[in-house]
Amino acid sequence: MNPAPSVIIFTVLSGLGFGFLAWLCSGIATPVGLHGLLGFALGYGLAVGGLVASTFHLGQPARAWRAFTQWRSSWLSREAWVSVAALLAAVPVALGALAGREPGLWGLVAAALCLGTVLCTSMIYAQLATVPRWHHPLVPVTFVLFALAGGAILLPLPGAAAVLSAGLAAVLAIGFRIGDGRFAGAGSTLATATGLGGIGAPRVFEQPHTGGNYLTREMIHVVGRRHAARLRSIAVAGVALPALILPLLPSVAGVALALCAHLAGAFAARWLFFAEAEHVVGLYYGRRPLPEKR
Amino acid sequence: MTCLPGHTEKKLGLVIDLDTCVGCQACVTACKGWNDQGYGAPLSDQDAYGADPSGTFLNRVHSYEVQPQGGAAQIINFPRSCLHCEDAPCVTVCPTGASYKRIEDGIVLVNESACIGCGLCAWACPYGARELDAEAGVMKKCTLCVDRIYNDNLPEEDREPACVRTCPTGARHFGDLGDPDSEVSRLVAARDGYALMPELRTRPVNRYLPPRRKDAREEASLLAPLLDLQAQGFAGWLDRMLGKMG
Repeated sequence: MNPAPSVIIFTVLSGLGFGFLAWLCSGIATPVGLHGLLGFALGYGLAVGGLVASTFHLGQPARAWRAFTQWRSSWLSREAWVSVAALLAAVPVALGALAGREPGLWGLVAAALCLGTVLCTSMIYAQLATVPRWHHPLVPVTFVLFALAGGAILLPLPGAAAVLSAGLAAVLAIGFRIGDGRFAGAGSTLATATGLGGIGAPRVFEQPHTGGNYLTREMIHVVGRRHAARLRSIAVAGVALPALILPLLPSVAGVALALCAHLAGAFAARWLFFAEAEHVVGLYYGRRPLPEKR
Repeated sequence: MTCLPGHTEKKLGLVIDLDTCVGCQACVTACKGWNDQGYGAPLSDQDAYGADPSGTFLNRVHSYEVQPQGGAAQIINFPRSCLHCEDAPCVTVCPTGASYKRIEDGIVLVNESACIGCGLCAWACPYGARELDAEAGVMKKCTLCVDRIYNDNLPEEDREPACVRTCPTGARHFGDLGDPDSEVSRLVAARDGYALMPELRTRPVNRYLPPRRKDAREEASLLAPLLDLQAQGFAGWLDRMLGKMG
């Protein structure tokens, strides 16, 4: 799949923002007064900034409001609703924090909505049977863990952040391994795509068009896989490092360093999430799944 | 609503005969020509006469080589377009309701004035049936020529999809696949028509008819009857004399 920068920036930033807001609303370590206001402002900035970035890849951004209408069937529509609900629900919590009040039960509702937004985002990808690498329960788990770990680093909540970062690194590494076998496991081949397997093994004789088209650019996109193994190491190491940095460097500098490592890992992981994902339509164009072992 | 209808009154679709298709691309051209005028945004081209031409098409004809166990390889031309699936994943993922399946005839359509061009429906489709038009910013797909098949202003023989109407070899058929007595349904039954990528459970309406078994090529030379010729008359006498001279 085409790793469009707008979608990568959107999912990383809004994930971090909603994860941070979830922690702020939960009441586990809600900063109060001016500190609290700044925290919520940062959370809102990241979450809303990410959502705005997501409209950049639309063909008709002015009609984005229509995405609220199909919540009954569409995860993208549910994401629109839950994100707005989360941002609204967090307003009284933020104002309460400014006045020095504990978030209470309403805070937990707001926190759940924040994580629900991340879950909806992840389900947009995980629902697609056409991209076997995404069509797996570990995808939503990874997205929510990214939000929780990133938010805990920002708060900062060093203990939780260290545990979550270590867990995220493990889930990410396992996800890479499982993802490699997903396409072959799904069972779609050029033989099932054309129904010609009964005669013999089909292969592409001639392409239907000599130039590119929307399909080849958007879904049959092959880019930078030469560095995939290195980027995987960067992704896993990046998200794992805060587990070491935070206990060793309990200072603002340590938090900043941990955040940088986490974000580097997050962007590498999210880039790979798209670049390594293979769509079954590629079969028609003679694309074969990546080799399982690299 | 992008929820799928539980049942459609008809299941209009195409039956494509892979035995007859010669890969002439006439259906591609006819489709592009018809859908450049009339229903929805025209199918645009980018850099059409430049170094990197690209454009929106609703129908593409692939070409595959299949190697049977014995004998020579076969070339199979393979038109690919929307299959108007009964469990169309492109419909349910749409956040705006622009993508829908009609209850009356099962055609999957895009309401272009409600489409935000997010591209998610194209991701959800296993068959590459949807292409986002770079000029209009909305999703384009096969409409089964909905502006032809019910069009009273056209002569009756033209009230079928442009690709079917134009096919010079009769490899494309159009009809109601929900009616077991329709011509297309009988054709599918007679020729063992099949659906593409059944493992993804999209339940396509369109069917493909497999290439018929090829005749086995004679092992002996095609010239065999000629090689047995016995020379007669003077040529026969010459043949015998020359043979003796050995």
